[in-house]
Amino acid sequence: MNKTVNQKAWFLILPVLLLVAFSAVIPLMTVVNYAFQDTFGNNKFFWAGLDWFRDMLESERMWDALGRQIAFSSIILAIEIPLGVFVALNMPKRGFWASLCLVLMSLPLLIPWNVVGTIWQIFGRVDIGLLGYTLDALGIDYNYTQGFYAAWATIIVMDVWHWTSLVALLAYAGLQSIPDAYYQAAKIDQASRWKVFRFIELPKMMGVLMIAILLRFMDSFMIYTEPFVVTGGGPGNSTTLLSIDLVKMALGQFDLGPAAAFSIMYYLVILLISYVFYTVMTNLDKREDS
Amino acid sequence: MAKITLDNLAHSYLPNPTKEDDFALKELNHDWVDGEAYALLGSSGCGKSTLLNIISGLLHPSQGRILFNDRDVTHAPTTQRNIAQVFQFPVVYDTMTVRDNLAFPMRNRGADAQYIKDRVQQIAAMIGMEAMLDKKARGLTADAKQKISLGRGMVREDVNALLFDEPLTVIDPHMKWELRTQLKSLHHEFGHTMIYVTHDQTEALTFADKVVVMYDGRVVQMGTPQELFETPQHTFVGYFIGSPGMNVLDAHVSGSTAVIAGHEIALGKGYGTPSGKVEVGVRPEFASLATGDTGLPVTIKRVEDVGRHKIVRADFHGSEINVIAAEGASISPDMNRIVFDPAGINIYNDSWRVAPEGV
Repeated sequence: MNKTVNQKAWFLILPVLLLVAFSAVIPLMTVVNYAFQDTFGNNKFFWAGLDWFRDMLESERMWDALGRQIAFSSIILAIEIPLGVFVALNMPKRGFWASLCLVLMSLPLLIPWNVVGTIWQIFGRVDIGLLGYTLDALGIDYNYTQGFYAAWATIIVMDVWHWTSLVALLAYAGLQSIPDAYYQAAKIDQASRWKVFRFIELPKMMGVLMIAILLRFMDSFMIYTEPFVVTGGGPGNSTTLLSIDLVKMALGQFDLGPAAAFSIMYYLVILLISYVFYTVMTNLDKREDS
Repeated sequence: MAKITLDNLAHSYLPNPTKEDDFALKELNHDWVDGEAYALLGSSGCGKSTLLNIISGLLHPSQGRILFNDRDVTHAPTTQRNIAQVFQFPVVYDTMTVRDNLAFPMRNRGADAQYIKDRVQQIAAMIGMEAMLDKKARGLTADAKQKISLGRGMVREDVNALLFDEPLTVIDPHMKWELRTQLKSLHHEFGHTMIYVTHDQTEALTFADKVVVMYDGRVVQMGTPQELFETPQHTFVGYFIGSPGMNVLDAHVSGSTAVIAGHEIALGKGYGTPSGKVEVGVRPEFASLATGDTGLPVTIKRVEDVGRHKIVRADFHGSEINVIAAEGASISPDMNRIVFDPAGINIYNDSWRVAPEGV
């Protein structure tokens, strides 16, 4: 059989090419463009080489923001993943209450980021917010605009409130796919509740949990709107996460060159971590299979 | 090891059962004798698995009691009953090795490490998986996984009973024979009470000392394979056991004669005059072809040679009668009658066997 040679078929990918060009490639290249050039205005640019990258790598400010970012992502993952699994384990398996739980849990996921930020910004205020006022009335020194710990606690609790549902729903889906026979066999084998979790539920949930971890990691590593609305990065720089710092640099100070170099490194870090994570996970699976 | 007593046991999956049809398992009184091997035989949906799950405690009965050695365990959870059960489809712990899978039930009971090691080796030899002990269970084939499930069922020596719920469904035929033989030898060696659920009569008859036949949520007969063959207590037993099953024909019976579609046959024994729906049941093994004018007039439709014997399918007024003839027997087209050996005739009244008078 001879295959028909028809090079015209290449034209069919043109629409996609155009779309990707405008949605991703061209904007990214503008950033690349800024990252390697400098300007003194009048739209005149000259070559700066790797200077901006060198600057950024030596910048204490960037490292501090990265440190805060890693701390933030680690803390929320450490809370949301176990909490989500715990919630999923305790949800009703079927019937009216199961449906009700699912609806209630999806609600936070449907609220826009800036609204979530606003909700917590008001909720935590000492003068009019229920949370802030109550804590203050109880004699606890809570003020997220002034206290380092109060600010961190607020943005962490806010993220946990917003996103634990996602982990719980994914874990719940994983649990629902386990046939009853596994639980019956475990009873016959006289396995304890912990062993049922460790050897049946957790392995069967592993796939969806990986997705949950990856999603939550990427999302939290790029988070901007919610903490910005609540704390604006303060007090001082204590909640200035990577993207908040980036926006300050690019739009606040109009340092386009350093900000562009920063963006590219930021992008590469996310890509790298996600890739490593994905590879490790798929390899773990393979090793167990062989 | 224990004697298991079912006392007035019944189960319904409905919350408020009222009529008898609501019950998946109808009221049942039965002793499972300590150390016997039973097969629970019946078609799909007759309540076999329900009964098994009630014994193991996975299901709590709507009424009645279960006793292990006269101790009431009706409300005891599965873990306290110390029972082994193997399910129809393989259940393995994916992330564990084969060895850990087999050791799991013993570890949960806190057995001694050396004992576990020896016992796992022994069971692995029995199911033919010694070479695979250190492999993860998740990559294995379905029948290897089922062998692990069986192994996990057999690994504890102190269980009260071993329950098998159609465990060989996914195993290939060659291995089926081998595993069934292993189960039998295991039974001889340790004398566990074993209950083996199946819908395959060959499996049931080769495995068990006693076969319990269930039909529509009810135990219709319990007996040795020979009793089930010779005196089926219910037309279902006659039909379900045997290949082909028993011939069942509508009849009028008075005393020691039966009239089937206008033809009179002698029964050899007296049965009185049963009313209601009366049927005559004769196994194909007790029917033979003849010429002349005694017996039931038939036309031969088909002869099937199955190797050890021939099965003759004959038509009698629109219903089929099967006859088993010896492999060497010659069957001529002018054989137009079927005669029954009186020793093999059973009379049924509303599907239940009527005992002959004076026996």
